[in-house]
Amino acid sequence: MASGETQTSTDQQRRWLHIRKLLERSGPFCHPDFEPSPEILDFIMESCKILIVGAGGLGCELLKDLALLGFRKLHIVDMDTIELSNLNRQFLFRKNDIGLSKAKCAVEFVNKRVPGCEAIAHHCAIQDLDEGFYRQFHIVVCGLDSIVARRWLNGMLMSLLQYNDDRSLDQSSVIPLVDGGTEGFKGNARVILPGMSACIECTLDLYPPQKTFPLCTIANTPRLPEHCIEYVKVIQWAKENPWGSNIALDGDDPQHVAWVFEKAQDRAMKHGISNVTYRLTQGVLKNIIPAVASTNAAIAACCASEVFKLATSCCTSMNNYMVMNMADGVYTYTFNAEKRPDCVACSNSTRVVEIEPQATLQSIYDKLCEDPAYLMKSPGITTVINGRNKTLYMSSIKSIEERTRDNLKKKLTELGLFNGADILVADVTTPNTVTIKLKFAEYQDVEMTR
Amino acid sequence: MASPSPKSPEQSEKTKQYDRQLRLWGDHGQFALENGHICLVNATVLGTEVLKSIVLPGVGAITIVDDKIVTDEDIGSNFFLECSSKGLNRGSEALRLLLELNPAVQGNAVQEPPDQILKENPDFFKSFTVVIATSLGEKTIQDLAQHLWDVNVPLILCRSVGFLGSFRIQMKEHAVIETHPDNEQTDLRLDVPFHALSEYLDSFDIDTLDLKDHGHIPWIVIIYKAVQKWRVNNPHWPMSRKEKNEIKGIIQDFIRKDENGVPINEENFEEAIRAVNTALMPTFLPAKSQELLYCSAATNITKESTPFWIMCAALRGFVESEGKGNLPVKGVLPDMTASTDHYIKLQNLYRTQASMDAEIVYRKVQQIVAQLHCENISEADVKLFCRHAHDLHLISGSSIVSEYQLTSSVASYIARHLEEPDVMMVHYILMRASEIFQSEHCRAPGDWEPEGDIAKLKTCVTKLLSDVSCSPFPKDDHVHEMCRYGGAEIHSVSAFLGGCVAHEAIKIVTKQYKPVNNTFIYDAGSTNTATFTF
Ligand SMILES: [Zn+2]
Repeated sequence: MASGETQTSTDQQRRWLHIRKLLERSGPFCHPDFEPSPEILDFIMESCKILIVGAGGLGCELLKDLALLGFRKLHIVDMDTIELSNLNRQFLFRKNDIGLSKAKCAVEFVNKRVPGCEAIAHHCAIQDLDEGFYRQFHIVVCGLDSIVARRWLNGMLMSLLQYNDDRSLDQSSVIPLVDGGTEGFKGNARVILPGMSACIECTLDLYPPQKTFPLCTIANTPRLPEHCIEYVKVIQWAKENPWGSNIALDGDDPQHVAWVFEKAQDRAMKHGISNVTYRLTQGVLKNIIPAVASTNAAIAACCASEVFKLATSCCTSMNNYMVMNMADGVYTYTFNAEKRPDCVACSNSTRVVEIEPQATLQSIYDKLCEDPAYLMKSPGITTVINGRNKTLYMSSIKSIEERTRDNLKKKLTELGLFNGADILVADVTTPNTVTIKLKFAEYQDVEMTR
Repeated sequence: MASPSPKSPEQSEKTKQYDRQLRLWGDHGQFALENGHICLVNATVLGTEVLKSIVLPGVGAITIVDDKIVTDEDIGSNFFLECSSKGLNRGSEALRLLLELNPAVQGNAVQEPPDQILKENPDFFKSFTVVIATSLGEKTIQDLAQHLWDVNVPLILCRSVGFLGSFRIQMKEHAVIETHPDNEQTDLRLDVPFHALSEYLDSFDIDTLDLKDHGHIPWIVIIYKAVQKWRVNNPHWPMSRKEKNEIKGIIQDFIRKDENGVPINEENFEEAIRAVNTALMPTFLPAKSQELLYCSAATNITKESTPFWIMCAALRGFVESEGKGNLPVKGVLPDMTASTDHYIKLQNLYRTQASMDAEIVYRKVQQIVAQLHCENISEADVKLFCRHAHDLHLISGSSIVSEYQLTSSVASYIARHLEEPDVMMVHYILMRASEIFQSEHCRAPGDWEPEGDIAKLKTCVTKLLSDVSCSPFPKDDHVHEMCRYGGAEIHSVSAFLGGCVAHEAIKIVTKQYKPVNNTFIYDAGSTNTATFTF
């Protein structure tokens, strides 16, 4: 028995020999705080808790990479189930797993393959987990394809920041976020130290705007096969309701896709437009982003290396944003994305919006949706007047939308807002309400007291 | 309610599974991949990570050459080995776990060292589409590289040590027709319009159209008309910035005004103004194409010439006669504000011309093929070639042996990059020096303890530097760092390189997208990469 245990522990020592060399030896390029010691491996294995967000193309890779870098206290969250089209890159899943939870399947596989790994799955949306859940982690690493979810997660980690009495950042409240993303042969990876370096909201302009087609083109002057597909999706479906009036178009239903494909082909034929294909139809309907195993592997591995560096200090971290393009050779570029001093998410200061006193609520609403600093989806706007909450506009709940719709046309002053007033904005892109202070343009030297 | 259930073009299981990648390389790319056979020498972490990203997208077959026995260290860092693999052949174990990823892929394991295969059965390597090798000694690297160079099989040699890694692609020649450029140049021929195009453009009279039609004129027509107006007083084609601004001014004047003389917002005219700079680019034979069409492989066609070179020769014939100095029309029209009729008419004009041009090239190809009695080339292949004639890409490779022997051009290339100074070339030197160390001491530098090996590794570095006529590095920091690594293979570093190498192998097999030419260096410590061409 005793000899068996010793045997196991020497096996164990040998098994991790590769990373032990990095962790038990000092080098000229280590982080200044680094002190080589076997305890670092103990910390990685026994204490360091990592949250992996997303169990898709990047998430599967991240789970494998981190488990083989010695991390054991791994949590992974994903609300999705496995589909056939995932299998060309999400290598922890097999055909038999289709329909099962991605997070659970991934965890089961890796815990079995890597002895000692104690990964835990959360088959739910990130929004279902609360502050207390997120606060337990040392590092969060994110491999999502949704920008909205990424922004929400960023907002959550920013909201965990605590500030000392002198308004300096309490370092112990910082949970680093390592974020990766891919699209076809391109990708990016970045390290965010909340409150200290650029966060997702600081750099919203790095996300390309979504390609949309103007309605009049789709309806009146279609030229591309995409225009024909969009027409059927946006106009013809609602008009004909082929499966009944309350059946929404489902891009995952092959019959729905086939219907759209046929109608789009008819429309294309009528206008002399060629190349409407089933694949294109599906791509437009589901807004499919091409994906391949290799790009995901490279980007996830880069993120995993950064998690390892942050957890061990065995090397300085990436500063702080890497873009990668594998279409023409393999090209990467690493740069320092700058923190916005007035970032709504990470700056601990109230954002001030300058606006004409004559402006309507609609103009504020539009600004929140269109200004590259906000890019919100459906902001709900409230304020506090004489100590009472007042909802100015909210589109997410139908009855409130109907009740507040007229406010959009009203001037800010008619709604009881004044120079220096705060509005509170809620949106799917953030878990917290964002406070914005109004500054009327003609008031030059208004006192902006907090 | 009865379901409208249209006759759905039911997609095959395979199409669904590979949907996300078919959007990148198409069904023909997938077909090429499924006919590919990749050989891996040594199932290290790096080796299996490469195969993982080749097996998942569905390569035809893999063969692993590995005579090693699985150790604890292997299990600790390699995902495609499990505890029960200990003591078994590493290649067979890795193969078993890799094939689980995709039942469509065939696989073999060969439990012999590569040196022995090279000695006893060198033809073994001939049948592979690409050979990928890792963790080899200097001598074997050169023997294998020389052999693959001789039998014309692409080789990707890769390494991963500590935070560093590299791969080197050796191919004699690699031609890419579909390069998928990020920003494709438009090919509108406004300066040399073909007959049908000028006829169509001349049929417009911008001034007499009613307002609705006016807002539907494609910007190509607008720019063409503006240039015509400008050329009444100028004999040449507008080239300079000043001249282009004059064209923009004319377009501005075309915009209709309302009763108060305020210009009406017309999207197509705005687009025309934005498009002036690119649309007025004169049509010419790009220098790169010129080089390709007149290189000796294209001018000296033989029975052994590949279809690519035969098509190049035919294309040159086209350029010199029917093309009047230009390549065939691409036949691609960018989207622009226009009525459906105008747009489709215009698009068809370009497409028709493109297909007429391609037809001529195809006839020339047939002539060559008939003269030389070589294998026929399909019309579809020639069409594809013509469609991408502006972006053809050729890599003429160099051999790994000449790199290892530090021929004078390689030595001066290295020296030039060390002088800059380029830290990524310093990493290259360190990885090469470690290989020399390994062959001298039969272990990686720092394998047992780092300090003792610093001086020895430094000797290897200095020797290598003197061979390229460079003075020793002033500081030992990189040597020290390499000894710290002690030959460790860090999983995430290998996984990064594995992704990249798999990616490049797929580019080579599918003959789409431009591969790295020819050496890639990765430093995970600083998150930097570089490409060198030896
Ligand atoms: Zn920020």
